[in-house]
Amino acid sequence: MYRNRMYLEFESKSENEKFARVTVAAFVTRLNPILEELADIKTAVSEAVTNAIVHGYNGGDGTVGLECIIEDNVLTVIVEDKGVGIPDIEKAKKPLYTTKPEQDRSGMGFMFMEVFMDEMEVISQVGKGTKVIMKKAIGAK
Amino acid sequence: MEQQLTKYSISGDTMVVELTKELDHHNSVSIREEIDRQIYNGKVKNIIFDFKNTTFMDSSGVGVILGRHRILKNVGGVIAVTNVNKAVDRLFMISGLYKIVEKSSEI
Ligand SMILES: Nc1ncnc2c1ncn2[C@@H]1O[C@H](COP(=O)(O)OP(=O)(O)O)[C@@H](O)[C@H]1O
Ligand SMILES: [Mg+2]
Repeated sequence: MYRNRMYLEFESKSENEKFARVTVAAFVTRLNPILEELADIKTAVSEAVTNAIVHGYNGGDGTVGLECIIEDNVLTVIVEDKGVGIPDIEKAKKPLYTTKPEQDRSGMGFMFMEVFMDEMEVISQVGKGTKVIMKKAIGAK
Repeated sequence: MEQQLTKYSISGDTMVVELTKELDHHNSVSIREEIDRQIYNGKVKNIIFDFKNTTFMDSSGVGVILGRHRILKNVGGVIAVTNVNKAVDRLFMISGLYKIVEKSSEI
């Protein structure tokens, strides 16, 4: 089995949203994703990292963790924050649900992650933080 | 690397917003502020978002458009989008934005 892994940490700054999605796109290159797969992955990563920054740390200081694992043709992306956590994960995942409507959040982040990746799991504890684990098989279609 | 900035132009009561390359949370904050400043000045009723330079968008971009729609529908304004690429088009379809936003092929 082919396997590769990377882990990086960056500060909770909005300019790192781009850094994160471009990094994951570069890391997955070796699986030769088609453009549509790349766009899907970049959007999903952007959603998870934006959530860590906007919700997890409320726009303040913190460290975001980004781990990527490739196992054969499957990419796993894990985005982690040590922020406020999510009290009700099922509710949070509902399309259009947002706790920050005043910032024009659309409540579609989790929906996009679910649509664009094959699997998504959210692990969260109030006061401890949130971890989003997403998987996508490349070249499966 | 040069970052393509968002450009704003107003003619009559319509504002054309030629969006930046990547419409994410980072870039959407200032775009929102600039559009809303013009709306609250009473100048703008309709908005055309031109995506010709835009190669990336996520739900933050959807939020920008939905939020402006919410404000402008009170004054009977409309929002249109143009020059949408395939990736952005998919986001519009999945998010249901085409129910409230017109897609025009030309400005
Ligand atoms: N990392 C996180 N930490 C704390 N809360 C989160 C996190 N990610 C998501 N949430 C909660 O889940 C809700 C839904 O997230 P999402 O679907 O991305 O919509 P949006 O970001 O537009 O609010 C958020 O409004 C927030 O309350
Ligand atoms: Mg979100």
